[in-house]
Amino acid sequence: MGQILFQNARLIDPETGTEALGSLAVRDGRITGTGGMEGAEVVDCGGKCLAPGIVDIGVKVSEPGERHKESFRSAGRAAVAGGVTTMVTRPDTLPAIDTPEVLEFVRRRANEAAPVNVLPMAALTRGREGREMAEIGFLLDAGAVAFTDCDRVVANTKVFSRCLTYAASLGVLVIGHCQEPVLSEGAAATSGKFAALKGLPSVSPMAERMGLDRDIAVVEMTGARYHADQITTARALTRLERAKAAGLDLTAGVSIHHLTLNELDVGDYRTFFKVKPPLRSEDDRIAVVEAVASGLIDVISSMHTPQDEESKRLPFEEAASGAIGLETLLPAAMRLVHGGHMDLPTLWRALSLNPSRRLGLETGRLSAGAPADLVLFDPDAPFVLDRFKLHSKSKNTPFDEARMQGKVLGCWVAGRDVFTDLGAES
Amino acid sequence: MSFRARHLLGIEHLAPDEITTILDLAESYAELNRSDIKHGDALKGLTQINMFFEASTRTQASFELAGKRLGADVMNMALGASSLKKGETLIDTALTLNAMHPDLLVVRHPHSGAVSLLSQKVNCAVLNAGDGRHEHPTQALLDALTIRRAKGRLHRLTVAICGDIAHSRVARSNIHLLGKMENRVRLVAPPTLMPSQASEWGVEVYGSMDEGLKDADVVMMLRLQKERMDGAFIPSEREYFHRFGLDAEKLAHAKPDAIVMHPGPMNRGVEIDGTIADDINRSVIQDQVEMGVAVRMAAMDLLARNLKAARAGEGVLV
Repeated sequence: MGQILFQNARLIDPETGTEALGSLAVRDGRITGTGGMEGAEVVDCGGKCLAPGIVDIGVKVSEPGERHKESFRSAGRAAVAGGVTTMVTRPDTLPAIDTPEVLEFVRRRANEAAPVNVLPMAALTRGREGREMAEIGFLLDAGAVAFTDCDRVVANTKVFSRCLTYAASLGVLVIGHCQEPVLSEGAAATSGKFAALKGLPSVSPMAERMGLDRDIAVVEMTGARYHADQITTARALTRLERAKAAGLDLTAGVSIHHLTLNELDVGDYRTFFKVKPPLRSEDDRIAVVEAVASGLIDVISSMHTPQDEESKRLPFEEAASGAIGLETLLPAAMRLVHGGHMDLPTLWRALSLNPSRRLGLETGRLSAGAPADLVLFDPDAPFVLDRFKLHSKSKNTPFDEARMQGKVLGCWVAGRDVFTDLGAES
Repeated sequence: MSFRARHLLGIEHLAPDEITTILDLAESYAELNRSDIKHGDALKGLTQINMFFEASTRTQASFELAGKRLGADVMNMALGASSLKKGETLIDTALTLNAMHPDLLVVRHPHSGAVSLLSQKVNCAVLNAGDGRHEHPTQALLDALTIRRAKGRLHRLTVAICGDIAHSRVARSNIHLLGKMENRVRLVAPPTLMPSQASEWGVEVYGSMDEGLKDADVVMMLRLQKERMDGAFIPSEREYFHRFGLDAEKLAHAKPDAIVMHPGPMNRGVEIDGTIADDINRSVIQDQVEMGVAVRMAAMDLLARNLKAARAGEGVLV
């Protein structure tokens, strides 16, 4: 592994909250500082942005079980194209990743096929069925970085509190999905004028707050480390703020789709806009964007969920939920910057620094000693998205034909250029 | 002629003059239907397929009769049981039928938006005969024609729509239509059967029949589905009838010449008192059924004209 000197770069440093023109030196896969270096390969960044690679918590790679929707190889290529250097993968596969044996399979496949870091999460309960605890200790030893049943709420609070008690004793992170499970059953949209006019079964946005309220109480009761995967409503934010102020070990994320789209985007029953939880009102969207800017919401994720055409070409109520996002996360997030809601270091705090910290990783920083996981991008370059040019096997993006700004120009994982290969192979 | 659409999927996107065009033509078909020889040839040689993914006797019969009176070859397909159970998707079913070259596809489906989805995959005209809780456009049109004939106009009337608004596609289509024609629309329902933000629809929202019916010109009752009666949305059938069922006492709050409507089939003694339903001075429920055939003849006639024009390369379709 050689030496690289990135010159003439607009360095985006979320740790210091600064951006400045300068250079960055890398040796043996790690950042060594900003100074010059003899004999290094020189990358002229042309004044474009160089930032820590994105750490994306909650990526679904459909292996095992649904490899026709997405494989480690295709997801890895999408990640590189989107400047995501670490995928934290979800266990909602078929079967669920709930034993060390399945986790071992995932790690092996990931190492073989994906050019970026893959950190697997494991199920909190067996089969994600919410009845019996998964082998949290074994799974931790096998390399699980967090435990989650994904979009299935562990409805039985007794089971959930035992899981969190056990998890707390091992110091592992539990990721929850905040929804009152019975109230939200069968819902395809958020209650309101739009859902009612379209005749869609809907759930009150209050169901998210109810779910968060319960989880906060269980976290307080058990002392577990907890992260809410997606907080998407203004009503829940006040509870989040209070819980953080009370000193609980609790953080929250949000998907890029809830930050950039609202319920009206569904339009004439467009199923690529069906996600879980459903898209919210514009008021909620704005509130959540502001919460990211203020730091109340810690993490932005793509919530990358591949679905094939067959799962989506159905009446809205029957269609599968979820949207792909690995490759569109960066340009979509640039809307928050161009819209004047936050600057680039603040955005990168949520895309890279905070998720790294929450998982105890060294990434997300530009300081000496940090891994050289880097993304070079032009924040302004405009383009119209063509979903068939995305690297994911599934093409279910809500941004098809959308005008976007922000292009990835380069991507390095531990100092290795993974971006140039992408062009050569495709 | 101002109706230029390719499909009839809902009232929401129709313009007032398009609605008037359909109603005017339906008026002439109402006359035809009362004559001895009830035959037209507007659909002669065309194939009409009725696809009902949800059981229906009345609407399907009405569409079938409308098509036959205009000379179409009509085929009925009840799909609730067969293909869906075999795992065939809606799109596959549509493509299969499309290969048989139908000209008019009449579709009812239990899910909102399903008929619109299907219309994107076929190259014939599609009529929505009810999709989930979304729209039931021919019902709103036949209601409008019934009102226009009974009241002599279809504007500046006060119309109270009462009952299970939340789950009703009939209510949604009527709210669109009556609003477009500049009527005052009131919704009357218990809060569990009222959509959460109905007041934002440009209608007046009431929780009591006495207030909601006050000085109304038209009282439109909705059917309450059996499965919603006991405990889930309302405490009981008898409490619902007591508070929201239409009887003579409640109707007395409306104008003396107010008409009573119901899309059928009725639950007598639940949402409507039998004597009111049968009162020939107030109830226009039988007229609704009669106008249903006429309106469907008109809608299919107009769609067939647009289809033929499009096939002739006139490119009028929007």
